[in-house]
Amino acid sequence: MRRLDWLPQLLGPIALVVLLAAITSAVASAGDSVKFRNAIVSVAIVVALYVFVGNSGVLSFGQVSFVAVGAFSAGVMTIPLDSKRGVLPDLFPLLRDHTISNAWSLVLATGLGALYAFLVGIPLMRLSGLAAGIATFAVLGITYNVLTYWTKIGPGATTLTLIPGTTDYLQATLGACAVIAIAFAYQRSRFGRQLRATREDPAAAQAAGIDVHRQRLWAFTLSGALSGFAGGLYVHLLENITTSQVYLDLTFLTLAMLVVGGVGSLFGAVLGATCVSLLTILLQNAELGIHVVGWRIKLPSGSSLVGVAVVMLVVLLVRPSGITGGRELELRRSRRRAERVGSELGAA
Amino acid sequence: MTHVQALIDAVGLGAVYALIAVGIGLVFGVLRLVNFAYGQLIMIAAYMLVFTDGWPDAASILIAVAAAVVASLVMERVAFRPLRGATPATMLVATFAIAYLLQNVALLRYTYRVRPIGDAAGTLAQLNQAVTIGSLHIRWITFVAIGTGLVAFAALALLLNRTSIGLQMRAAAADFPTARLLGVRANTVIMSAVAISGVLAAVAAVILVVQNPLVSNTTGLNETIVVLVGVVVGGIDRLTSATLGGFLIGFATSFLGFELATQGSTSQTAWPFTSSVYLPSVVFVLVILVLLLRPAGLFARGGQGLAERV
Repeated sequence: MRRLDWLPQLLGPIALVVLLAAITSAVASAGDSVKFRNAIVSVAIVVALYVFVGNSGVLSFGQVSFVAVGAFSAGVMTIPLDSKRGVLPDLFPLLRDHTISNAWSLVLATGLGALYAFLVGIPLMRLSGLAAGIATFAVLGITYNVLTYWTKIGPGATTLTLIPGTTDYLQATLGACAVIAIAFAYQRSRFGRQLRATREDPAAAQAAGIDVHRQRLWAFTLSGALSGFAGGLYVHLLENITTSQVYLDLTFLTLAMLVVGGVGSLFGAVLGATCVSLLTILLQNAELGIHVVGWRIKLPSGSSLVGVAVVMLVVLLVRPSGITGGRELELRRSRRRAERVGSELGAA
Repeated sequence: MTHVQALIDAVGLGAVYALIAVGIGLVFGVLRLVNFAYGQLIMIAAYMLVFTDGWPDAASILIAVAAAVVASLVMERVAFRPLRGATPATMLVATFAIAYLLQNVALLRYTYRVRPIGDAAGTLAQLNQAVTIGSLHIRWITFVAIGTGLVAFAALALLLNRTSIGLQMRAAAADFPTARLLGVRANTVIMSAVAISGVLAAVAAVILVVQNPLVSNTTGLNETIVVLVGVVVGGIDRLTSATLGGFLIGFATSFLGFELATQGSTSQTAWPFTSSVYLPSVVFVLVILVLLLRPAGLFARGGQGLAERV
């Protein structure tokens, strides 16, 4: 049994995503389908964010820049050739005259996300605390600014359109599950454990011979790769995208999802993204009017945003360390043993 | 002469940002909380100025100050107090949630409101007129901003250095547990700091509304984000360094904006990144460089820098 303790920790989050996909794909209308697939892609983005923020304990506002790089590279490179010269005339010839398939665009998004995160991470991973938060925010600001004005690499301030909408339920679910599995494998690996040790006590971890900078850089790069990949899924879901869609709002929303779920655990990341997304969809639909056991409820338009904010605030006030409290999903048996071990440690 | 013009405008913007920086720095000092919802206090004060448009300016400003103070005290009581001692990430996201909430409540009810320029009762609006000195065109509000900033800092310095509550605030900012042991009342100190930050938000709102009479639910949001960056760049641990950081980022943004604009304003120049549209990137690159060299802040006392780096 003991060897399989990790199994629920991996299968729990995956089951949650698969369940979400299975139920919503069966019952959702065509209009809601996009929203639910968006929820699944949100899980991927939040888990990518968790890989760095959750394991390192360092706050980053920069991960959405890797989502943006992934989204725009995948988007620009999959627009059909015959219309590309018309909509994006200023592109570098290499980008303008080539188009790649959906699968390769996801690979490209992953690679560029990783590369960008690695290059940015080399200097930035020396920082901790608020300085790290603001420096990563600066990266987001630069990414947004350059993407919005440099028309040689993208659409600039206009909307990028004509992107093939290939992110169906299958791709979204498989993608999110892959991101979860990689995040899980990483946090149980030697590198992941070293990084989590630096999160708990940087001084002790350094004394034990852990290179904090290197471990943070690994996690930042992996998080960048997964963010880029999630960005690729995102752009193929939306089909049209502007730079402001991968800027402040998405940054705050994904961070809020992570903190509401519980920043310290993979399960928290998945649960937070799922709960906040479902709540948003529910309230959005309630603005149009929904039936709840015979009652017809119709909220004034715009109230869904207010509702989401209220619920987030209440969750944080009631459970400041998130819904999961930063714990992984455990079966009863293993929890009891953990308690026993804990009390033995306490007695010793 | 044009450089002098740019300098004066830059000082004007720096003064407004420094006011906001003090408000954020005061609360951070006693609560260790980065109040992202500070921009919404500015927003509330700005809406109050709009609602009391026909009133005498003094009454209008008084209402705005009162509203911002009440809102910041409510914020403290409802959200900050239960979260004392929570992790910085939790507190920060809680203030995101408050900001998001207030912004969307405002959107639900009011959307855009314009404070009309040239209103009979509004001598405030006339402050937007420019005065010409030689080849310089300076709006009255720039002088008002600089003057208000100086008066506010002088008052604050007196409060912090010459009164009992000021001493308690400084003690709490230096070491809260010890200050409490020595008889400093936590709630009194925190509520005073929060109330003062509310007053400063309203003062900033008055200047911002005069400069740009279009009040919307995002009024104060961008300013707060920029100032938060500036405060950390300056050094958030001390009020002086935080304020200087706020001033510096306002000054740098305005001045660099002017210098870049004279280089050409399209994105099609030979080396594209000298165009003024890339101003945010230039500022952010400088921010990153400063943080890498001095992680505890540009104006932080020496010796703190190394602890923050790994």
